[in-house]
Amino acid sequence: MKKEIMSGNEAIARGAYEAGCHVACAYPGTPSTEILENTVNYTDIDSSWAPNEKVALEVAIGASFGGGRALCTMKHVGVNVAADPLFTLSYTGVGGGLVLVTADDPEMHSSQNEQDNRNYAKFAKVPMLEPADSQECKEFTRLAFELSEQYDTPVMLRTTTRISHSKSIVTPGERVSGLAEPKLVKNAAKLVMLPGNARVRHPLVEERINKLSEAGATMPINRLELRDTSIGIITSGVCFQYVREAMPGASTLKLGMVHPLPKTLIREFAAQVDKLYVVEELDPFIEEQIRAMGIAVTGKELISLCGELTPGRIRTAFGLQQPPVVPGDKLPGRPPNMCPGCPHRGVFFALNQLKAYVTGDIGCYTLGFMPPLSAMDTCICMGASIGMATGVSKVVSAEEKKKVVAVIGDSTFLHTGINGLMDMVYNNSPSTVVILDNRITAMTGRQDNPASGFTLMDAPSHSIDFPLLCKSLGVRHVRVINPFDLEQTRKVLQEEMERPETSVVITDKPCILVKREGVFQKGPTYAVEAEKCTGCRACLKIGCPAIEWRPAGDGGKKGKAFIDPLLCTGCDVCRQLCRFEAIGRTK
Amino acid sequence: MSDKITNILLVGVGGQGILLAAEILSEAVLLAGFDVKKSEIHGMSQRGGSVVSHVRYGTEVFSPIVPEGEGDILFGFEMMETYRSLSLLRQGGAVVANDLRIAPPSVLMGQETYPEGLAERIKERFPDFLLLDGQKLASEAGNPRTANTVLLGAVSRRLDIDEHFWLQALEKMVPKKALEVNKTAFLLGRSADWNRP
Repeated sequence: MKKEIMSGNEAIARGAYEAGCHVACAYPGTPSTEILENTVNYTDIDSSWAPNEKVALEVAIGASFGGGRALCTMKHVGVNVAADPLFTLSYTGVGGGLVLVTADDPEMHSSQNEQDNRNYAKFAKVPMLEPADSQECKEFTRLAFELSEQYDTPVMLRTTTRISHSKSIVTPGERVSGLAEPKLVKNAAKLVMLPGNARVRHPLVEERINKLSEAGATMPINRLELRDTSIGIITSGVCFQYVREAMPGASTLKLGMVHPLPKTLIREFAAQVDKLYVVEELDPFIEEQIRAMGIAVTGKELISLCGELTPGRIRTAFGLQQPPVVPGDKLPGRPPNMCPGCPHRGVFFALNQLKAYVTGDIGCYTLGFMPPLSAMDTCICMGASIGMATGVSKVVSAEEKKKVVAVIGDSTFLHTGINGLMDMVYNNSPSTVVILDNRITAMTGRQDNPASGFTLMDAPSHSIDFPLLCKSLGVRHVRVINPFDLEQTRKVLQEEMERPETSVVITDKPCILVKREGVFQKGPTYAVEAEKCTGCRACLKIGCPAIEWRPAGDGGKKGKAFIDPLLCTGCDVCRQLCRFEAIGRTK
Repeated sequence: MSDKITNILLVGVGGQGILLAAEILSEAVLLAGFDVKKSEIHGMSQRGGSVVSHVRYGTEVFSPIVPEGEGDILFGFEMMETYRSLSLLRQGGAVVANDLRIAPPSVLMGQETYPEGLAERIKERFPDFLLLDGQKLASEAGNPRTANTVLLGAVSRRLDIDEHFWLQALEKMVPKKALEVNKTAFLLGRSADWNRP
């Protein structure tokens, strides 16, 4: 077939298609999201978004036990959520092949931590493959399905942001045929993990890992390349590419399987080179295991435990010459910002005015912590806002309790926030929860969810009724507000914060970027009447990218506001801030 | 073909269409028979933040990101982002910049000022510099939204890729109804005079 340029994520989707994958399931998360957005283009695969990663993996496990091949994808922190089924799945093994993709994010380009998920493979005792470009993403995905069935184990495929989101050349292949038809097979001794059964399975897991380590010595994905033998580097994934770039003469052992390590091959390589190094991002995962084998090796004493590597960082670590780089001047930064017309802006403006203590969550609205809105005080993980609000309210004074507000998006609430709300009602927390329902999983690029009314395959579906859901959980005070109405927003929030009972406030305006018919409404744009503008800067307090401060030009502090008609969506929030009626609709 | 790798950086502001320009560039390079890798960061940067896309091509490309200080061409869609990324270029590298200012949040709010004289400051460090008014040229081509294609045309002059590969790449990547105006825009940019004073 003709060569194509694909991202790592597109190539993993292609690999799953070629491997005859039946079911693909995921919760969106950068940098993994585009895998399912591409499997959906292959109609032979049943692709779906799950409410969270644990459910996604359980769907995949069910499909596998039914004899189908199943792909489950998530970002690194998603594996924390899915860890519960993963560890026991290691014991049961699979029916049809099961591949779990973990997309790690060294450097935290879009994440709250940079945990190294290679540790999960060792912890759960499952094999892990790590591709180094898009062609390998496709090939390793196919191989992962085969290994999964051959060794009766889930197989993890680990990418990093630079693999997931980089594009390189891929030669597509055909979809396999002749796989066994999925069907129900009962096998309680293998699939019902009660202690008596699990005790039988555990030794098999240990045996399986030993067999895989032995097989690793002859797997073509573990590649020993001898060049100058004074330096030998063991590496994997995108780090292999950086090593080849920065130190083209060095001998390399490129590991396609990073767990279990192919010990025989490592000993062979170590014996052929004068000095042995490991180049790996984040944890000394490979290095420590090699040292435990009694082999002298250098790694983290040269290379940082933090952040991603680059060819330049490897050169620096090895004391090699760098091209001269002229340091840049100090420039104004350009952080991400909420879009013009974003329905979250008014809520954070109000929370700032009310001096709330906001336990935050994961989504576009996390940007509410940035000035000038500056109205978020914590952000830990998906769904954490609600439990944390309960907890902080337990310890502070009666007056301070009133300040505590949890803020969470629709998708995040359905992910793992809902359990926190059950707890809040059950244990009678006085806190207020704001559900920012913008009808979409916005931050990762607008994916559907159980409240959006559509599935990943674009079929119309039930849309969860948030007020009804909250009432059914036992919340007695549920109020729906229009977040573009600043006065109503502030008033309702204030009343519910005062109330010494659990209450939920739901905003009901969709993400401005949702283009679905009947949802996106760009109203008439607004403009500043220059004669009426006093230059008081009140409208700048919402941090809208469509509003610009234009200095008078005399070097002083005076100036006027200007609204960019191309960016303005007509949300009306700035008009409500102007005490001089200088902002109005354009005719 | 020599072993030389050509390193191109495309920089600007999220939402400016940088990723599509990088896609077209990569496609043209693939059609011309080179190995190619392209890398950028999605996610948070979509919300109006700085965006840097790396495209590398040659006989065999390893790293998907351009090693620091080895960029051959910097392709800037916005002036301050162009200036911010100069340190990625090698000494003697070339710069094509769109003469466009997009104010970041701190400037919008009047807390900082947008730096002045950026074109002169770039030219001082990198004399091989072409400044284009992408929006104006795009209007001349027939659609102000083709500014990126005009700039891509200007960049194409400095790369050893035949014209027909570029046009083929446009045919593949641009929606049919916008194809003709994009071809016009590309050729207009391609005819830009790099040697003007």
